Amino acid sequence: MFGSLFSSVDSGLFDDFRRWEAEMDQLLGRTAYPVGIRAVPRGTFPPINVGSTPERVDVYVFAAGVDPKSIDVSIQQNLLTVAGRRRVPVNGEAEYYRRERFDGDFRRAIALPEDVDSNRVEARYRDGVLQVTVQRRTAARPRQVEVK
Amino acid sequence: MAKGQDMTTKSADSVEPSKGREEQPVLRPLVDIYEDAHGITVQAEMPGVAKDRLNVQADRNNLLIEGDAAIDMPEGMEAIYADVQATRYARSFVLSGELETDAIDARMKDGVLTIRIPKRSEFRPRKVEVRAG
Repeated sequence: MFGSLFSSVDSGLFDDFRRWEAEMDQLLGRTAYPVGIRAVPRGTFPPINVGSTPERVDVYVFAAGVDPKSIDVSIQQNLLTVAGRRRVPVNGEAEYYRRERFDGDFRRAIALPEDVDSNRVEARYRDGVLQVTVQRRTAARPRQVEVK
Repeated sequence: MAKGQDMTTKSADSVEPSKGREEQPVLRPLVDIYEDAHGITVQAEMPGVAKDRLNVQADRNNLLIEGDAAIDMPEGMEAIYADVQATRYARSFVLSGELETDAIDARMKDGVLTIRIPKRSEFRPRKVEVRAG
């Protein structure tokens, strides 16, 4: 399952520690760690995962309750942008105890590996997850280097 | 520990029943909760969870929401980036006595779970007319 897959690479104590430190840095106004220029603060809607194989790159956008027609997926070279709108209608007759769900416009931009083919992109939405599959131009298989 | 607390099997971790089960990380679904004259509505976000991988349990005191996310992944995939690092969602709430837990209605659509818990009829507010005089 992707849980073990994605946690094995990006998570663990080290990652938590780095996150914590990054948050501390923000509090202290210090910028010790360079972060991605398009990185967004933790908790930003929608969260995304990216996985790759030698043949393709898959981006998973966890956006529950979004009308698929409102989602705009575009790719320029290797920069993928996913934008859309999620509306959470407010019940005017009711009293709210918790409002944690995001309401409004969203946009995320993700730099994919440079060998993706921007002409071969597919997107589908199921169970609240948008999956964008981009094929790679050349199979980026690890090459065996012969030692002479 | 008092003996009375051992009556349930999960007494030790009754606060967060889902956590004690396995050492796997658990995602906490984001929720909206509101109350109107008829009852309480919980809307929980669980993207990636299909209806048949969802578990909603309610007894007199507790509401438990659980689900397992499943996404299509090609063989041999390697993770490049991950905001979401677990597949299991779980969250629970303590209910109160005026809620009719036998009449709970749950629906799942596009990863959003909507649960309606009606109030017992005697607890629905009745309009009291104020007469002049």
